[in-house]
Amino acid sequence: MKLVLHVWRQAGPAARGGFVRYEVADLTPDMSFLELLDVLNQQLMARREEPVAFDHDCREGICGACGMVINGRPHGPRRATTTCQLHLRHFRDGQELWVEPWRARAFPVVKDLVVDRSAFDRIIQAGGFITVRTGSAPEANAVPVPKRDAELAMDAAQCIGCGACVAACPNASAMLFVAAKVAHLGLLPQGQPERATRVVQMVAQMDAEGFGACTNHGECMAACPKEISIDFIARLNRDYRAAVLAPQPPVREFTGAA
Amino acid sequence: MELDPKVPAGPLAEKWDRHRAELRLVSPANKLKYHVIVVGSGLAGASAAASLAELGYTVSCFCFQDSPRRAHSIAAQGGINAAKNYQNDGDSVFRLFYDTIKGGDFRSREANVYRLAQISANIIDQCVAQGVPFAREYGGLLANRSFGGVQVSRTFYARGQTGQQLLLGAYQALSRQIGLGKVRMYPRTEMLDVVVLEGRARGIVARDLVDGRVRSYAADAVVLATGGYSNIYYLSTNAKGCNVTAIWRAHRRGAAFANPCFTQIHPTCIPASGEHQSKLTLMSESLRNDGRIWVPKRKGDTRPPNDIPEAERDYYLERLYPSYGNLVPRDVASRRAKEVCDEGRGVGPGGRGVYLDFRDAIRRLGRHVIAERYGNLFEMYERITAENPFEVPMRIYPAPHYTMGGLWVNYNLMTTVPGLYAIGEANFSDHGANRLGASALMQGLADGYFILPYTIGDDLAGVRPGAVDETHAAFRDTEAEVRRRLERLLAVNGRTSVDAFHRELGRLLWDRCGMSRTAAGLEEAIAAICALRERFWADVYVGGRGEDLNQALEHAGRVADFLEFAELMCRDALHREESCGCHFREEYQTPEGEPQRDDARFGYVAAWEFRGVGEPPVLHREPLAFEAVHLARRSYV
Repeated sequence: MKLVLHVWRQAGPAARGGFVRYEVADLTPDMSFLELLDVLNQQLMARREEPVAFDHDCREGICGACGMVINGRPHGPRRATTTCQLHLRHFRDGQELWVEPWRARAFPVVKDLVVDRSAFDRIIQAGGFITVRTGSAPEANAVPVPKRDAELAMDAAQCIGCGACVAACPNASAMLFVAAKVAHLGLLPQGQPERATRVVQMVAQMDAEGFGACTNHGECMAACPKEISIDFIARLNRDYRAAVLAPQPPVREFTGAA
Repeated sequence: MELDPKVPAGPLAEKWDRHRAELRLVSPANKLKYHVIVVGSGLAGASAAASLAELGYTVSCFCFQDSPRRAHSIAAQGGINAAKNYQNDGDSVFRLFYDTIKGGDFRSREANVYRLAQISANIIDQCVAQGVPFAREYGGLLANRSFGGVQVSRTFYARGQTGQQLLLGAYQALSRQIGLGKVRMYPRTEMLDVVVLEGRARGIVARDLVDGRVRSYAADAVVLATGGYSNIYYLSTNAKGCNVTAIWRAHRRGAAFANPCFTQIHPTCIPASGEHQSKLTLMSESLRNDGRIWVPKRKGDTRPPNDIPEAERDYYLERLYPSYGNLVPRDVASRRAKEVCDEGRGVGPGGRGVYLDFRDAIRRLGRHVIAERYGNLFEMYERITAENPFEVPMRIYPAPHYTMGGLWVNYNLMTTVPGLYAIGEANFSDHGANRLGASALMQGLADGYFILPYTIGDDLAGVRPGAVDETHAAFRDTEAEVRRRLERLLAVNGRTSVDAFHRELGRLLWDRCGMSRTAAGLEEAIAAICALRERFWADVYVGGRGEDLNQALEHAGRVADFLEFAELMCRDALHREESCGCHFREEYQTPEGEPQRDDARFGYVAAWEFRGVGEPPVLHREPLAFEAVHLARRSYV
């Protein structure tokens, strides 16, 4: 099969970008979308042109490295599917596709389809953890966790940090990403001691990074390759409210000072 | 080169405790003055960097990915072993130790494996405290499942994403230290060489993958947690970025490389669908708990699987190994799959596949139970193949997955270069000639959380902190070498892409140094690799510039190192004139087709010393003494 691609090319963060049209032939429906880009890059290099830069690693939908907006949709048209797991059998022969990077102020373009998502790392650094020094843990079965809570925590913990939620949101909000981590840790008994400080610190960092606010569009959930529910955003709001309205609101500081 | 394993004296069960009591300590006031570099941010690297920073050391951590959370440990699916005996089925530290030694076909170091089994329980405690959402029973306590090569249920899991959850636990611990300013993180930065001065590792040279700048980083110790080299086969279950560069560069600087030919071919992967295939996807071994593996009894039977009646199916693992059945170790399952396909009984395109069938489990347990256990794996399979495993059996075929070989390390996890450590998959220490399922996560975290943080202090206590900085000539020289090599790669400007060379190397190794090996095949492979390497340096096309984000240049450097390392892998396979675990030499097998070990001649770790590209490496032997286990022929019948 054949596809017509309009790929966003941008030499660097400060450079001006634009779409470039490529026709790629000799494709098969079993190829993944990244394999399509592999084929395109081989053709470009054979013509001594610069290949398209894109992030990718595991190619099995778990590392969260890949991600591009395909025809206006982060990770393309398939439900619960990362770009690397999207196969060409879901496109028509000859179809035209527009391929562009995540667009968000907090995710500046590095080159072509590669963006800088280090803002996510800084949000986790601000509080997305449970403070437990190596060696200080109690026996694993000492604290039972109701199966329902553990399962719900796991639903949230599945987030792969790809950033599709931000790319899908009209406000470029990171609420689903932050909510997933707040809920994951807040649902477990081990996460209770830092529950209030965690949510306050993570939200403050999220705001500092320049992500937008949540206005309940729900686009994030639709784009999320792990189908993380916006119910967790409600949980985040509840935790945040409880934390800041508490008689002694948590101060913004690192709770884990060694 | 001298190999001193530094295994402590005393009874096996007391070695680690005694050793810890004897290790020198760095005073808490002085730890901050010591700078430790950790390369890699997977389970081993992230846990080590976090734990070292918690202790008070100054730590720098490097990864080539855009975030430490993306290291390939994230893709581990099935689980992590621990001798908790929560199932009351007779598990113990000794049994986990024994299963691991036996599973590795008696080619690992007893003392290391015993320590691993001892520590396994602490890892689960640590991870639960971090908030890893392990699967639980209705009473709220932790659940377990079974894995291959074992008759107890000791594997802890978080759906089919155990590696992801464990890595996020370690990543969060690491992130906390980054936030506290105790760890400096260098993402999108690739280590390209180790700096060795007067016999001691003093730092690394790394390239910033965004702006292409090559820089030096001095330290008092360097820890390599850079994973395995399965990508040498081109098609493997590893992430595309996984490579041998860090440990190969360390090897070139004096670190012995142990058992390079011990490469695990995992039995349950989704078969390749065509020439364009860029990587293979694993289907967790846990599926073998409930799935039954079979092929048609008749050759060339092309009927759809559900039309083949029970009497015409060959459940060959259950037939050959009645007591372990579908849960035989990986090397056995892979070899038998290859065998039935070679007989012409394989299924799917090209006849390279066998069925993994859940029909009986669905009938017995109900669809909802199977969906709860494996739902995400079934979805993943369907996404790739467009076939629904609830309706038709999965098709699976073996694929390169893990490498037991790696840098030789002593009991303290130090390589033959003082101050240079290797942890996790990057070292050779615990899995012998075959790794059991759910043991990689255990080893990575044992090394990073509970072994290295203790043993490194013993070495640092004898070193003056900050003795050398980046202005030293050794750094300038190594940097210059790294730059010259990058320039050379760009200067060839030939006609063949890096990818084409990588594919060719992969095919060659898969055929000659994969699931079965022969002396003649390996000799041919060595000659072919040398020729390919010459062709690479004469005809590779990289393109672009060095001072830019240049993914073709990154790949080229990695493939150039694979081309050097491949030769060592084949030489190791050629010299080992026995079959053990994954290393199956066709010349050495029992009448039943099982590997025939030769303990008298090859009961050792083969540690190779580098003597130059194209020069024969020097073999050093670490004899393996077994005190606690009886050297038996591995049997799973």
